[in-house]
Amino acid sequence: MGMIKITVIDRQGAAHQLDAPTDMNMNMMELCKSYELPVEGTCGGMAMCASCHMYIESAHPLPEKSEDEENMLDQAFFVKLNSRLGCQLHLADDMEGLTVRLAEVGE
Amino acid sequence: MIETDIIIIGAGPCGLFTVFEAGLLKLHCHLIDALPQAGGQLTEIYPKKPIYDIPGFPEVLAGDLVDELMKQAAPFKPGFSLGERAEMIEKTKDNQFIVTTNRGTAIKAHNIAIAGGLGCFEPRKPPVQNLEMYEDKGVEYIIRDPHFYRDKRVVISGGGDSALDWAVFLTENKIASEVHLVHRRVSFRGHPDSVQKVLDLAAAGRIQLITDAEVIGIEGDGKVEKLRIERQDKEPLLLECDHWVPLFGLSPKLGPIADWGLNIDKNAIVVDTFDYSTNIPGIYAIGDINTYPGKLKLILCGFHEATLMVQSAFKRIYPDKNLVLKYTTVNGVQGF
Repeated sequence: MGMIKITVIDRQGAAHQLDAPTDMNMNMMELCKSYELPVEGTCGGMAMCASCHMYIESAHPLPEKSEDEENMLDQAFFVKLNSRLGCQLHLADDMEGLTVRLAEVGE
Repeated sequence: MIETDIIIIGAGPCGLFTVFEAGLLKLHCHLIDALPQAGGQLTEIYPKKPIYDIPGFPEVLAGDLVDELMKQAAPFKPGFSLGERAEMIEKTKDNQFIVTTNRGTAIKAHNIAIAGGLGCFEPRKPPVQNLEMYEDKGVEYIIRDPHFYRDKRVVISGGGDSALDWAVFLTENKIASEVHLVHRRVSFRGHPDSVQKVLDLAAAGRIQLITDAEVIGIEGDGKVEKLRIERQDKEPLLLECDHWVPLFGLSPKLGPIADWGLNIDKNAIVVDTFDYSTNIPGIYAIGDINTYPGKLKLILCGFHEATLMVQSAFKRIYPDKNLVLKYTTVNGVQGF
């Protein structure tokens, strides 16, 4: 209860199975940081830096992108159709089994 | 040469509050910031966002907090070198420091407080091969003087306000001979007026819009001559031009501070929590840029760090004087 499994594939291709609490108001950026995965989260979660850019690799229905997230992804690099900002993905029970891949980081 | 007691690198909330706390100890400060205005992230990134964890302010807009911090610092007449990046540091014979900015401003002081937050905001560079090779040889990340582009063929990349506004400016004022605007999507996220202007100029054939497209390569002998552009569902394009101006916003970098011989851990400067001193005596680091066990990147914590730091800075200048904490309520604020 309140705990789901999430798989994060890092930039070297290694998969990390993470236990993710859904009752702590955490997002994917914070989850990755709490496991010391290489996600900067420079702006602190305001959708203003794209340093938590990740690709969604499973078919989970996720909330639509907000205008802020769209705008930021617009300025980011290596953007694909399945790009999201981790900081805008709040952990929820229906994300059980979600798989994401960390996007490349530009300069 | 400017002389002061504390050189503060970074004019964000922490740097500004340092001026106040130093002022109470009759120490003078000079602030350097790479951004053209004070306030750091608060004014650059989120001026209209509310902050809820400043004691005594249940809710305050970031921009308003900066205005109030400027007011609080004003009696102590801080010096400002804004739009300048602290570049070099040297130690003088009399145990002081001279910091030189990228514009050649030199400031001398006993102490340096690095309150650099996330670092310097620098243009975000697109991941294109050999990009560095063409910097200032046709690739510019900032338009400093639009007339530099007179009668040139200019390609601008990006979909935000700066990309739109410059495309319009260079076209409407008949400066550039050709203006191409390359954007990854069909829609633009800039101000609706700017978007409309671009679309009108494009319809009139004065701006060449290339949407659903991305510049992926540069060609040219020692300078930009052609750009390789990838387009969704279309043939790639080889576009002849003189300049490419990628405008993808700013991102923070630690910058030259990284080479000052300070102990650095994961992009943050390691400090002693006794007085927030670094491994170099006389150089302190406060706010988001420092790290120590239990560090929290909060404005509130930065204020505390600034307050303790100036006590130590005072001791470095006046080793024989004893400091007594005076309450502002009792003494008021005696400006300079």
